[in-house]
Amino acid sequence: MTEVTPRRWATMPRDLDTAPAGIARRSFLGYVVAGTTLVAAADLGLGAPDAAASAPGVPQPAELYDLNDMLTEAAMPTANLITVTVHEDGTASFALPRMEVGQGITTSTAMLIAEELELPVEKVRVTLADARPELLFNQLTGGSNTTISTYTPIRVAAAVAKSALLEAAAIQLGDAVETLRAKAGVISAPGGARLSYGELARAAARRTPRAVQVQLKDPSAFRVVGVGRPRVDARDAVTGRKKYATDMQVKGALPTMVCRAPTLNGTPKRLRNRKRILAMPGVRNVAVVDTGVAVRARTFGQCIDAIRAMKVDWEDGPVAGLSDADIVDELRAAELPLPALTDSLSDLLADNPLAQTVEVDTLFYFRSNSAMDTNSAIADVRPGRATIWAGLKSPITAQERIAQELGMSVDAVTVHVVQAGGSFGRRLFFDGALEAAKISQAMGKPVKLMWHRADDARVGRGHPMATSRVRAVHAGGQVLAFQQTHTSVETDFRHGLGEVITATAASLPTGLGNLGFSETVFELTQEVPYDFGVISQTLTETDDRFNTGSMRNIYSPDVRAAGELTVDELAAAMGQDPYEFRRANLRNARVVAVLDAVAKAGRWGRAMPHGTAQGIAIHKEYKGCSACLVEIDNRPRQTGRDIRDGVGGPRVTKVVFAIDVGLVVNPRGLEAQMQGGINDGIALALTSSMHLRDGHFLEASWDNYFYTRQWNTPPEVEVIVMPSESGQPGGAGEAGVAATFAAVACAYARATGATPAYFPVNHRDPLEFKPKPYVPPVPQSPTNGLKLTY
Amino acid sequence: MPRQTFVLNGKTVTLNVHDDVRVLWVLRDLLGVTGPKYGCGINVCKACTSHVNGRAFNPCSVRVGDLKKTDEVTTIEGLADTVAGDLHPMQQAWLDRDVAQCGYCQPGQIMAAVALVRKVRRERRSITDADLDGIRNICRCGTYTRIREAIEQGARRM
Ligand code: FES
Ligand code: FES
Repeated sequence: MTEVTPRRWATMPRDLDTAPAGIARRSFLGYVVAGTTLVAAADLGLGAPDAAASAPGVPQPAELYDLNDMLTEAAMPTANLITVTVHEDGTASFALPRMEVGQGITTSTAMLIAEELELPVEKVRVTLADARPELLFNQLTGGSNTTISTYTPIRVAAAVAKSALLEAAAIQLGDAVETLRAKAGVISAPGGARLSYGELARAAARRTPRAVQVQLKDPSAFRVVGVGRPRVDARDAVTGRKKYATDMQVKGALPTMVCRAPTLNGTPKRLRNRKRILAMPGVRNVAVVDTGVAVRARTFGQCIDAIRAMKVDWEDGPVAGLSDADIVDELRAAELPLPALTDSLSDLLADNPLAQTVEVDTLFYFRSNSAMDTNSAIADVRPGRATIWAGLKSPITAQERIAQELGMSVDAVTVHVVQAGGSFGRRLFFDGALEAAKISQAMGKPVKLMWHRADDARVGRGHPMATSRVRAVHAGGQVLAFQQTHTSVETDFRHGLGEVITATAASLPTGLGNLGFSETVFELTQEVPYDFGVISQTLTETDDRFNTGSMRNIYSPDVRAAGELTVDELAAAMGQDPYEFRRANLRNARVVAVLDAVAKAGRWGRAMPHGTAQGIAIHKEYKGCSACLVEIDNRPRQTGRDIRDGVGGPRVTKVVFAIDVGLVVNPRGLEAQMQGGINDGIALALTSSMHLRDGHFLEASWDNYFYTRQWNTPPEVEVIVMPSESGQPGGAGEAGVAATFAAVACAYARATGATPAYFPVNHRDPLEFKPKPYVPPVPQSPTNGLKLTY
Repeated sequence: MPRQTFVLNGKTVTLNVHDDVRVLWVLRDLLGVTGPKYGCGINVCKACTSHVNGRAFNPCSVRVGDLKKTDEVTTIEGLADTVAGDLHPMQQAWLDRDVAQCGYCQPGQIMAAVALVRKVRRERRSITDADLDGIRNICRCGTYTRIREAIEQGARRM
């Protein structure tokens, strides 16, 4: 592991194409708003990026204006305030209009406030805001956009608070503001007099709002931002005190689960043995809703018993009878021909015997983004009003949809945002919250809905099956064209991101305004950062019958894996080393810097035994860039490992990952996000997929769906956080996945001597598990636990 | 309904519930002890890992009726009380390495780690890479690297 020390930062190559923050000393307008204690506010719309785009010479939209610019700009028209409150106990609090799912934004937000307010981080409390409809698009957690869009407004609010405290102190101490010093929650005067923020909180409060002009600290003066620190909720997490939706106690909200159809998205016609179910121990209520038959009982165990005893008639779901191969055929049929080469390129290919084409065609199977904390929500729906508690990344859309579903006005529905145990894109949706609301309304009781793991795995959302085809033309040691077409089962964006796009589509750079949601996201996230002549990337989507969503890093992992495999093939075709070839063709100095960093730290090109190999890959997105070097061991002693209820397969034995996100708020948190993304990338390449068979997915739990486990994780992982002169932070939550997937894919291809035709590479192996039945849809809990203690 | 009695985090608890309800639901749904998490209910994810008489067990896979009156169940909430000080050394190691991301799997990870260290001690050896590879607790946030580092630190101080 690499600890980031100032020395290391100083010796790293500098950020070359992002100018030092021009906005750093600009002054900003904030407000002191009315309150009994000091409440400082800033407009969340301040998060818009500087107009100047960072990339020179621009053949692709994502370089000029990316998904993050769009998400950030979507917030612009809503004049909406976020507030930092200073309390009489000397603490400050802030309700973040975003969702914490493990990515560390409560910690980085506390750090930003601590920095500008001059208060120890421990004294800053960050909570998650309830749904605030007035924020419109500005309460969506996605696209790794949180830090990018909230970085400035949060600092402005904190700076306003500090200036109000200084003014109040100046009056009380009889000194001029300029002579006072704020530090660690205390204001001191030259003569030695001191007042704490707590003592000043009331005096600094206002009965009428007032606008305040403030300047932000120059990043060179940062003492908190940029210094790694542990998560603010770490202690709660390790003591069991951290509360997720199902840990909350809401009066009367008894455990509730749903019996689901034997085919994906099938619907219930009728429950045949309702009486018998109602008579079972612990069972209180049963209700048929559109997604299945719900049961409410004293314990979840009794819900499971009831589900297993239910006799239900079902209407088949829309993919009844279909299996993987059918969907592959459908995708192949939907594939558009690769765009025609320009006349001059076609002529070149015809006339020049040295001009050659490299083609890569890769299939990616369905994958699940089921988190450890399953879809869950508490709902208390009464006549005329409803209250919901759930982990939600798009709470406003959830609130609107739930109100519509319940036949209520939006203001009759209160939505509390609760911390969630992971998201990976899934909590952009609110499947659990919506279902809980319907069930609560049908039963007339508060419910604590929890999806069984089998439901979460099979019926929950995931990454759609896709193909990615790449054609590259080269001659005389030069790549002349690089064309990629991606064809995918539809990615569902109907969670609010869609509204953002609708709202901003018209103002997008030329040519983007008329694209659909998926195409827009694709265009705004994908780019090929190589000097490869004529570059094109296109997306075609088909089939909306599956439960999909923006799984961590959306299109990038698949697109980049296919792309980087092609780069390796090009290098091989030209007799060049994969690292040197990338280096020679990269258009961007920051990407070269991360690539060099991993090649050096990972000793690229060292001698490796037969059956093992290195792989190297890069990725550029979210205003940042990354490179990954891996070593893989595909020898029989690894692939032959016999693992109970799991898969071994090839082992990634080492990962070196370099990340440049621009300004880093919390390097320790960033490193953690990369470590997590690395395990996701390995899973996508080697072990994790869903098998569609006879109209449903086979994988029903962690002994079927093989996410990376300790026996798969690399024993050696080094994350290098690159220094940056950039005044702008970049996104982190997803940035670790794509380069890792691509590097593992390349390493596997080199170890086996063949470019894989599909991922994960074990998908067509004989199943490593006995599929659990579709009827009943959930497995019974074992009883032999006391025999398995250790 | 049968009366069930066992020792939970040092205190005897008694409640009325059917024998075959699994201990995880008794803890979470009836006693409000929510440190042990649900992640599968079939003893594969290990998010519910707790201790019975000092050894790791998975309460999703034990009927409450199979617990004896004297069986001592320790959940993450009671782990610190088994040692002097505010936190168990393994919890401290978890803080020092800043392991948790979403945190959902971590109570189970810590309880499993403590049991693993005790087990290798009983076998008069220290933790190997193979032991770490053999840990079955899943973490969907992928915190495995720091878990491995924290276990090594925690073991040194246990
Ligand atoms: S819930 Fe007990 S092992 Fe998964
Ligand atoms: S920390 Fe999120 S599942 Fe482990």
